[in-house]
Amino acid sequence: MRIFDPHIHMTSRTTDDYERMYQAGVRALVEPAFWLGQPRTSVGSFVDYFDGLVGWEPFRAAQFGIRHHCTMALNPKEANDPRCRPVLDLLPRYLEKDGVVAVGEVGYDSMTPEEDEVFARQLALAAEHDLPVLVHTPHRDKAAGTRRSLDVVRESGLPPERVVIDHLNEVTVGPVADSGCWMGFSIYPDTKMDEDRMVAILREYGTERMLVNSAADWGRSDPLKTRRTGEAMLAAGFTDDDVDQVLWRNPVEFYGQSGRLVLDVPADAGTLFEGNSVLRGTPA
Amino acid sequence: MTREELRVTREELRKELTEALAPVLDAEASTWLAGARERVGGDAGAAAVLLPAVGRRCGRGPLPVRGTLRRGRPASWTVDDAARVVLLLELPCTGEALTARLDDLYRHGDAHERRAVLRSLDALGAEVGGAALPLLHDALRTNDTRLVAAAVGPYGAARLPAPAWRQAVLKCVFTGVPLSVVAGLDDRADAELTRMMTDYARERTAAGRDVPADVARFLEVR
Repeated sequence: MRIFDPHIHMTSRTTDDYERMYQAGVRALVEPAFWLGQPRTSVGSFVDYFDGLVGWEPFRAAQFGIRHHCTMALNPKEANDPRCRPVLDLLPRYLEKDGVVAVGEVGYDSMTPEEDEVFARQLALAAEHDLPVLVHTPHRDKAAGTRRSLDVVRESGLPPERVVIDHLNEVTVGPVADSGCWMGFSIYPDTKMDEDRMVAILREYGTERMLVNSAADWGRSDPLKTRRTGEAMLAAGFTDDDVDQVLWRNPVEFYGQSGRLVLDVPADAGTLFEGNSVLRGTPA
Repeated sequence: MTREELRVTREELRKELTEALAPVLDAEASTWLAGARERVGGDAGAAAVLLPAVGRRCGRGPLPVRGTLRRGRPASWTVDDAARVVLLLELPCTGEALTARLDDLYRHGDAHERRAVLRSLDALGAEVGGAALPLLHDALRTNDTRLVAAAVGPYGAARLPAPAWRQAVLKCVFTGVPLSVVAGLDDRADAELTRMMTDYARERTAAGRDVPADVARFLEVR
């Protein structure tokens, strides 16, 4: 089973996780820029975080044979802090970077006017930099937040096939399916979705435009939930090809719209040979 | 090779890299790179947008190079590294303006762009003097072997103060960067570096671990 986790916060995971993910079949992932538990108070800490997403973290992932990409944005929660707002001025430079395959996570947290403004501005940035968009839907008042997100996306004029609406569930999947946007699901141990409910949604809505992620971060989460979902699909009678579509071909198709996915085996992970190995990183 | 022998001018390096790239770039990549060189040559600010695009425009595979580009070290060029360095060698500025530009491109660069800035110093170092040393110190604070390897090139060999240079060599050992990539190693290695390596080998032996082959070879000839 080859797996592309389209949404996972590796910055908060250990090398044990990378090892287990590789063993489970994970060969590529996307790490969206988001908040970090402790609210940031200055632009400088965003710079360091963004640099890590295009520097240290892809290097670390490559040591374990996994291709790391990321999305960049000012997240909705911190969009409410005026001290963080100038992050928007930094984004154009980061949105040109090789490993950046979408604008995200954008969207709503508490649905404030500040969030409205920052969301709309970043959708415009996605158009300018020719990138797809990853939209986070709020945990509180989710159904209303999802509808409002779809309205904002529609008003932006972005083609729906370049947008994924994430963290969906039984209640919010319907309108997103109708909109033409991609549907994202985060499979968690206790919150959001679990793998059996995910299988039921796949039965009802099919396997197209579906993205399944573990969204693993610093909270209670499991980076192998993608694999568990694949297993649950097989147990429920889906074919190997269905699993491959959901866990590999779909994320490749969605993020591939950036033109920046690199899916070869990282040279870093292999043996040491003269030349390439030094620059791509050598095993210690 | 001595630090003197490692010296290369902007024109020489540009010519060597251009020749090495010519046979591996397809027509589209070649046209893109020619246009990008022209843009950077006319406007240094264009590099901020062009450098990040090099990998996806020109490719990322290994670049076969001939003798001169090796300068006594492994042939550690990739197509994207070489193309980025070529672009940096087109920057239409020198001295303090060049230092400020390289600083900006490094600070806002991803790891690939940072590596290219460090490698461009092989040639541009002569124009910026010691002013780019903070970039090397930054690279040597990371554990990213791509950056560490790029920081121990000819510019580092010529400019890093002795304590920082010795620490850089030791860092290569610790992070698994082969000592063969350290420019001017034999020329610059001193008694203090030998002592540090000897202590390290002793520490490994005391812990019941192997002494890395690179360290053993280094100590053999001292």
